[in-house]
Amino acid sequence: MADQATLNTVAAAADASRGSLSGPRGNRPRPLFSTRNIVLYGTLTLAAIYYLVPLYVMVVTSLKSMPEIRMGNIFSPPVEITFEPWVKAWAQACTGLNCDGLSRGFGNSIRITIPSVIISILIASINGYALANWRFKGMETFFTVLVIGAFIPYQVMIYPIVIVLREIGIYGTLSGLIVVHTIFGMPILTLLFRNYFASLPEELFKAARVDGAGFWNIYFRIMLPMSLPIFVVAMIIQITGIWNDFLFGVVFTRPEYYPMTVQLNNIVNSVQGVKEYNVNMAATILTGLVPLIVYFVSGKLFVRGIAAGAVKG
Amino acid sequence: MTDYQVVRRPNTLLRNLNSKIASIPMILTALVVFVGGTVWTVFYSFTNSKLLPRSVFVGFDQYERLWASERWIVSIQNLAIYGFFALIFSFVVGFVLAAFMDQKIRFESVFRTIFLYPFALSFIVTGLVWQWLLNPDFGVQHVVRSLGWTGFTFDPLYTQSIVIYGVLIAALWQGTGLVMVLMLAGLRGIDEDIWKASRVDGIPMVKTYLLIIIPMMRPVFITTLVIVASGIVKVYDLVVAQTSGGPGIASEVPAKYVYDYMFQAQNLGQGFAASTMMLITISIIIIPWAYLEFGGKKRG
Repeated sequence: MADQATLNTVAAAADASRGSLSGPRGNRPRPLFSTRNIVLYGTLTLAAIYYLVPLYVMVVTSLKSMPEIRMGNIFSPPVEITFEPWVKAWAQACTGLNCDGLSRGFGNSIRITIPSVIISILIASINGYALANWRFKGMETFFTVLVIGAFIPYQVMIYPIVIVLREIGIYGTLSGLIVVHTIFGMPILTLLFRNYFASLPEELFKAARVDGAGFWNIYFRIMLPMSLPIFVVAMIIQITGIWNDFLFGVVFTRPEYYPMTVQLNNIVNSVQGVKEYNVNMAATILTGLVPLIVYFVSGKLFVRGIAAGAVKG
Repeated sequence: MTDYQVVRRPNTLLRNLNSKIASIPMILTALVVFVGGTVWTVFYSFTNSKLLPRSVFVGFDQYERLWASERWIVSIQNLAIYGFFALIFSFVVGFVLAAFMDQKIRFESVFRTIFLYPFALSFIVTGLVWQWLLNPDFGVQHVVRSLGWTGFTFDPLYTQSIVIYGVLIAALWQGTGLVMVLMLAGLRGIDEDIWKASRVDGIPMVKTYLLIIIPMMRPVFITTLVIVASGIVKVYDLVVAQTSGGPGIASEVPAKYVYDYMFQAQNLGQGFAASTMMLITISIIIIPWAYLEFGGKKRG
C-alpha cells in the first residue's frame, strides 16, 4: 500500500507529540484527498453501509404494505408509508396460542428485566465489595470457581436448575426466571464490582473503619454513593443481556409468561397462515428497540461494559 | 490484651461474619449451581434417563448412541465450520477495522457506534433480519435477479450444503463489532514510542502491525479468543430464529440438540450426554487459559 503516505502519518503523529515542547501544535496539515484518506475512509464507509443495511431494510419493510412488498424490492423506500404493520405487530399478531400481539411479551419482558436487574446488581455489588475489602480465607477460591463457571455452557446446568426450581415450587413462574438471571449474571457483575471497589483508595475504607463504621455502613454510606458510574455500567450489561435472552425464557417460563424474544420468534416462525413480512419486521424492530435505545443513550459506557468482560480477573 | 483473647477465641467462623453472610449467594452459585449442576449432569449422562432422571447406569451407552446419531454428527460438523470461519473472519475484519479506526480519523465515534450496534441486538432479532434479507423470493437473490442477472443464485437458507454459511453471515454481522472494540482498546494500549521507533527504523506500517504490534497484543488476542470461542460453542438462538435447524437437519448445532432432547423429545440421557460433550469442548479452550491466567498470577 502507500508506504510513503503511512510514513507521513506516523511522522505527523510524532511531530504532534513533539509539538507540545516547541513549535506549532496539532497535526501537520494533510491533503484532504490523499490515497491514504481515500482507502481509509472508503473502507470504513463501505463497512458502515454493510452494518447499516439490515437496519434500513427492517425499517423500510415494516412501513410497506404487503402488495408493495410482493411487487418491489426490499431495498427500495416505501411508496406509501403505512403504520398498519406496527399496530398489528403490537396488538394483533398471532403466536400459536393467542392473538394479542407483542404487547404481552413486552409486558412480560419488563416484569422480568426490572426485578432481575435490581436484584442481580444488588447481590453482585455486595459480593464484589466483600471480595475487595473484607477478604476471608478461601474466598478467592470461590470467586475463581465463579468466574471459570461463567464459561460452562448453560445447557450443562439447565436441568438441575429446573429440578431445584420445581422442588421450591417456582418453576415456570416469573420469580423462577428472575432467580436464574440473578445466578447467571453473578460472575460478570461480581468481577466488575470487585475490580472497581479494589481500585478505590484504601485509605477511604480504613478511615471509615477507624471511625467505627461496619460492613453494611461502609457499603451503603461510602461505597454505594461513590460508585454510581459502575452501577450504570452494570445496568447496561444486565438490561441488554436479560432483554435479549431467549434460552432461559423458553426453558424456565410457561407460555403465558414468555418474554418478548420468545414471543417474537413464535410470531415470525409460526407455520400457520400467510407470512406477513411487514408485520414480522415491525415486530422485530419493536423487540430490538429497548436494547438499541440503551445502546445509543449510553454510548461510551456500553463500550466500558463490554471491556469489563475482557478485563483480567 | 483484648486482641490476644480475640485471637485465642476458638470460633474463627464468626470473624468477619458479615462478609461471610454477604458472600453466601456467590458461594452458593459457584458451588451448588456451577460445580454441583455440572457434576449432576455429567453423572446422569451415564444413566438411561428418559422422561425423568433415573439412576440406572448404562455406562457409555448414551455416548455411543450420540455419536451414532446423524443429527449429532451434522451438528458437530456445523459447529466446526461455523466456529472456524467465525473466528477467522471476526478476528481479521475486527482487527483491520480497529487498525483503521486507530489512524486518528474523524468521526471515530460515529463509525464505532455503527459497527457495534448489532451487538446490542439479540440473536433472535439478528436471525430474523437475516432470514428476511436472505429470503430467496424477496431478498438479495430476488433483487439481483430483477436487475437483469436472471441466473443469479444466492439462497443459503434453503440449500442444505451451504445453510451454515447463511448463519455465519448473520453471526459475523452481529459479533464483529465486539472484536473490533476489544482490538481497538488493545491498540490504544500500545505505547506511542513503539510507533516512533518503527518509523525511525523505516519499517513499513503493515509490517509494523504484523511483526511488532500483533505480537505485543497477545493478551488481548487471547482474551478475545476465549470470549468469542465460548460464544461460538453456545450458539443456539441464532439458529432457532434464522433456520430452526433446517432445511431438514442441515443447520443443527449441539446446543439445539441438547435443548430438543431434554425438553421436546424427553430423552434426558441424550441431552445430558450431548451437553457433557459441549462441556468438554469448552474445557479444551478454557483450561489452558485459566491455567495461564490464574496459575500464572500466583507465581508472579
